[in-house]
Amino acid sequence: MSKGFLKSSIGKKVVMGLTGLFLISFLVVHCFINCLIFFNDGGLTFNIGADFMAHNWLIRAGEIVLFAGLILHIVQALILTLENKKARPVGYAKIDGAANSSWYSRSMGLLGTLLLMFLIIHLVHFWVKSRFTGLPGHDANGNENLYAVMQETFKMSWVVVLYALSMISLAYHLLHGFQSAFQTLGLNHKTYTPIIKKTGIAFAILVPFIFALMPILMFLGVIK
Amino acid sequence: MGSGHGTELNLTLKVWRQKNTKASGSFETHQLTGISTDMSFLEMFDVLNEKLISEGKEAIAFDHDCREGICGMCSMYINGRPHGPKQGVTTCQLHMRSFKNGDTIVVEPWRSAAFPVIKDLAVDRGAFDRIIASGGYISVNTGNAKDANNILIPKPDADDAFAAAACIGCGACVAACKNGSAMLFVSAKVSQLALLPQGQVERKERVLKMVAAMDEEGFGNCTNTGACEAECPKGISLENIARMNRELTAASFK
Repeated sequence: MSKGFLKSSIGKKVVMGLTGLFLISFLVVHCFINCLIFFNDGGLTFNIGADFMAHNWLIRAGEIVLFAGLILHIVQALILTLENKKARPVGYAKIDGAANSSWYSRSMGLLGTLLLMFLIIHLVHFWVKSRFTGLPGHDANGNENLYAVMQETFKMSWVVVLYALSMISLAYHLLHGFQSAFQTLGLNHKTYTPIIKKTGIAFAILVPFIFALMPILMFLGVIK
Repeated sequence: MGSGHGTELNLTLKVWRQKNTKASGSFETHQLTGISTDMSFLEMFDVLNEKLISEGKEAIAFDHDCREGICGMCSMYINGRPHGPKQGVTTCQLHMRSFKNGDTIVVEPWRSAAFPVIKDLAVDRGAFDRIIASGGYISVNTGNAKDANNILIPKPDADDAFAAAACIGCGACVAACKNGSAMLFVSAKVSQLALLPQGQVERKERVLKMVAAMDEEGFGNCTNTGACEAECPKGISLENIARMNRELTAASFK
């Protein structure tokens, strides 16, 4: 690899794209495991998945890589944003952004900041408890009862509202980010790009919708 | 002139005035009456400048040359968009019929750290020239002109190269981009030569040098909003940016 690549504008964008796609792959895993609550069996199936994720050494090692990827994505975004601000020291008096681009493609920094704030709260709600402060005992199968934490957390209406709104931020972040990552990596093709774009839209709607459904259905008592 | 029905406009023009690169600059408001809808936007400025000169005031500086949409000089950011409200046109191809009687029109220069304002609406786009000079060329032996079809080029490649070569270097992509990125311009120039057999010798070196020159000039980073493509008067495609990203990545990992 040439020395300048990671320092070049394109190299930095490639890092954004690759870490973005990596975080997307995490969302898939996270979503699949959380979907186990839809068995509606008092969390028994879900706790099997959660217990496995908490104690498998490969997953634990993956968690470190995940945090590294997340931090890289955030740090790189900050560097790029600061550089972009410097590229236009005197702004326009009148801008008609809607004429040439979508608001969410221009607001990735804002959406990302909202997601980071949500993520911190979300980690405090679940990850910190499962790793450090301890979970409230075990379920009937003898698995650690992360499900009980979910039930407790999603009794609070403000939490449910916050989670649902944050998933809207995630949807818009993905709506631009998914296809943007492929474009940055140079994967633009007359046949495949329309498919990537459609997949991106479906992913950006479906995954946050499923995530949002969990606190809402638990709050409403549909999932017990 | 047309039949005379509704063919004249009264407008308020807010124009950026700036003495020189170092001065701070501010907006100046002008009331215009009887502007023909058949005038181009630049002709409207000509009328205003004649008025200013006859009043003993300083004319508004703006770039223009061919006035037929091929030179790329007429850089004006009009009502929040480069080259104004129409798609696929330069400012000289924009006509006053695109505006309504009583409109207020705000005109600003391109805003980019790499395009310093020379005076009023005229900016220095030398940064583009320096990027081209860094690698936007091919090496050929001098001598008699070669037969046109000596090197056969597949039609799809020729079409893509020609589409990229349509870039007139006007800088609307930089002006439109919220990050002030020049990626559409540079990628058009990289693509045009990377697609053709004549461009193969310097292919890797070219993209490395041109991207380095682009970064050196202080342009921002692309976030794929697509504003550049939407505002480009020549319809340069975002596919070129993807191609440049591929070219640079490939050249960096050779």
